[in-house]
Amino acid sequence: MSHLKPRLLKPDQEEVAPQTEPVKTYRVRGIPYFQVLNNDGQPVVELPDWAQRKNPLVALYKVMLKTRLFDQKAVALQRRGQLGTYASSLGQEAIGAAIGCSMQTDDVLFPAYREYAAQFSRGVSMTEILLYWGGNEQGMNFQHQDKDFPICVPIASHVPHAAGTAYAMKYRGQRRVAVCVFGDGATSKGDFYEALNAAGSMDLPLVFVINNNQWAISFSRKHQSKALTLAHKSVAAGIPGEQVDGNDVIALRQRIGRALENARDGRGPTLIEALTYRLCDHTTADNADRYRDSEEVKKQWVNDPLVRLRKHMQLLGFWSDQEEKDLNSRYLVEVEQATRAYLQTPPQPISSMFDYLYKSLPDALNEQRSAAMDQGHQSG
Amino acid sequence: MSNEVQRWIKVTKVAKTTLVDAINLALAYEMAADPDVVLLGEDIGVNGGVFRATDGLQKTFGSQRVIDTPLSETLIAGMAIGMAAERLKPVAEIQFMGFIYSVIDQIINHATRLRNRTRGRLSCPMVLRAPFGSGIHAPEHHSESTEALFAHIPGLRVVIPSSPGRGYGLLLAAIRDPDPVIFLEPKRIYRLHKQDIEDDGQALPLDTCFLLREGQDVTLVSWGAMIHETITAAEQLAAMGMQSEVIDVATLKPLDMQTILDSVAKTGRCVIIHEAARTCGIGAEIAAQLAEKGLMSLFAPVERVTGFDTVMPLFQLEKEYMPNVDRIVAAAKRTLEN
Repeated sequence: MSHLKPRLLKPDQEEVAPQTEPVKTYRVRGIPYFQVLNNDGQPVVELPDWAQRKNPLVALYKVMLKTRLFDQKAVALQRRGQLGTYASSLGQEAIGAAIGCSMQTDDVLFPAYREYAAQFSRGVSMTEILLYWGGNEQGMNFQHQDKDFPICVPIASHVPHAAGTAYAMKYRGQRRVAVCVFGDGATSKGDFYEALNAAGSMDLPLVFVINNNQWAISFSRKHQSKALTLAHKSVAAGIPGEQVDGNDVIALRQRIGRALENARDGRGPTLIEALTYRLCDHTTADNADRYRDSEEVKKQWVNDPLVRLRKHMQLLGFWSDQEEKDLNSRYLVEVEQATRAYLQTPPQPISSMFDYLYKSLPDALNEQRSAAMDQGHQSG
Repeated sequence: MSNEVQRWIKVTKVAKTTLVDAINLALAYEMAADPDVVLLGEDIGVNGGVFRATDGLQKTFGSQRVIDTPLSETLIAGMAIGMAAERLKPVAEIQFMGFIYSVIDQIINHATRLRNRTRGRLSCPMVLRAPFGSGIHAPEHHSESTEALFAHIPGLRVVIPSSPGRGYGLLLAAIRDPDPVIFLEPKRIYRLHKQDIEDDGQALPLDTCFLLREGQDVTLVSWGAMIHETITAAEQLAAMGMQSEVIDVATLKPLDMQTILDSVAKTGRCVIIHEAARTCGIGAEIAAQLAEKGLMSLFAPVERVTGFDTVMPLFQLEKEYMPNVDRIVAAAKRTLEN
């Protein structure tokens, strides 16, 4: 890793070197599937070196736990009428954590709306995510992350942006990578196919990660595509594709890290399908009981990615009950602080509707801006 | 611009330049001056564009800067957004306006709101060029004028040149603008008229109308290819003793209504001419604003001479669809009857 520029690591993080030999369990019609831990936290293949050390594991666990606790709070705030519609990432925290911990500072993330763990790892604050779902644009004006795109709501429409940014990185000869995350439903969209194809034909430094949580609102993975795996869609684009156990943060960190290094070293794009499960409703405005058997959901809880990593750390003697308790308490305090900061943030001024529309407001809009301001004064 | 760059960009007068050549000159000038300018689109590189707007540019600036993309319009617009956020200045080409509609998603949901949604943390200085309009006997889907669809989108600039000189100056302005611009090129006049232009890198102002002819009897407002029918109509009206003021709107959004209002305050009569369909066309917006802010100046109802609210016919009937000089003259005369 000496050829890489130094990466800013948090005190409890350490560099994770990619392994020479991949951790591989089996292939599905040519697509490799990767898993390291079983649900009891025991390795099913030889553990990568880094996964036998405490710091990298704790770093992953921390962001997953923080995301889980944040998520619970966000849903509660919505139920109390203190937040707008919110999209939970319950059960899918490992994907974001692995992405966030694999990326370097000046890489660029293009998230959909269940990648809070990745965003938190990259400097986005819990307050900002709450502001976004709470109806305040300041939630996309990240104070400690100047390059990442905000959450993308129209499905897959952000995938071509990642291709453009990856092109710019390559054009300038930079050793940077664009990472784009989207759901299983997004792989049925033309935007995804167009960007995947171009990433291959232009050999772009771009990593595509599918958060396959099995459900696109009410439409199941089985109905979404007859493709045996979603990773098979890489075959038509001529790029490498693979499936990873999306509840196994060690396998994810290993494989996403490798895809990033490949892209950084000029070996082009990769499509990674992370297999997980949406333990939550689509959003707080959804009721999954209308279309999904609650028994199915109950069964999926045995794959909880947090439990799996915690068990693994306990088996290695890296994690005590006290440490678990302390970390929970610490994040509950941080979540409360973030909530307070969110609730105390004033709405954007009326003028802000106009002030960021163009770099400088065209004369044609001055009259409307004044009218909006006057109306605000009368009603306010 | 640094002195070094200025030295090697030769400022020359280019005699008898067509609109499509003026576009090419503007692109070449700005690419030489600014290494952040990149072009992308279908068939723009090796082939130089189906209308030759980018002819020779890949040879001069290389395939990394003049990018032949796969056949994917959404990708082209989306990539331009990702490039612009990284502070490149992409000029993307959609081969014909008929293929632009899948791109509207990228324009509405992303290009025009990136600055706003991030409070200026990210921005999108991109240009999307597309040839448009009828009159060249093109195949189906190649002749529509749907600029009003874009003018409805907040945060966008919609710019249409009507001559080689304005093609050159307005395109330079569009590339230098810090926000997204749709630059629609009337392909009927790509090679119809020639002008001597200075290849000196001078941009023309955006967000402003151009007054092409002064007169006190009636204001004729148009843009793009229709400017030529409008000027001819003004000449015929002059021969009949009626003096027309001709305004080239040029930037359709944001609309410089003040220039139009000032003219109508003088003439009291207004005819708006556009090739696009009538309902909810830009003419409707201009007429509405005249009603709001210029009603007391008007001696006669505002007239619109436009395409019909029909599907653009195949080319055997395209002339019947398009507004012509006779219709413009007749409309102007109707306003003068009052």
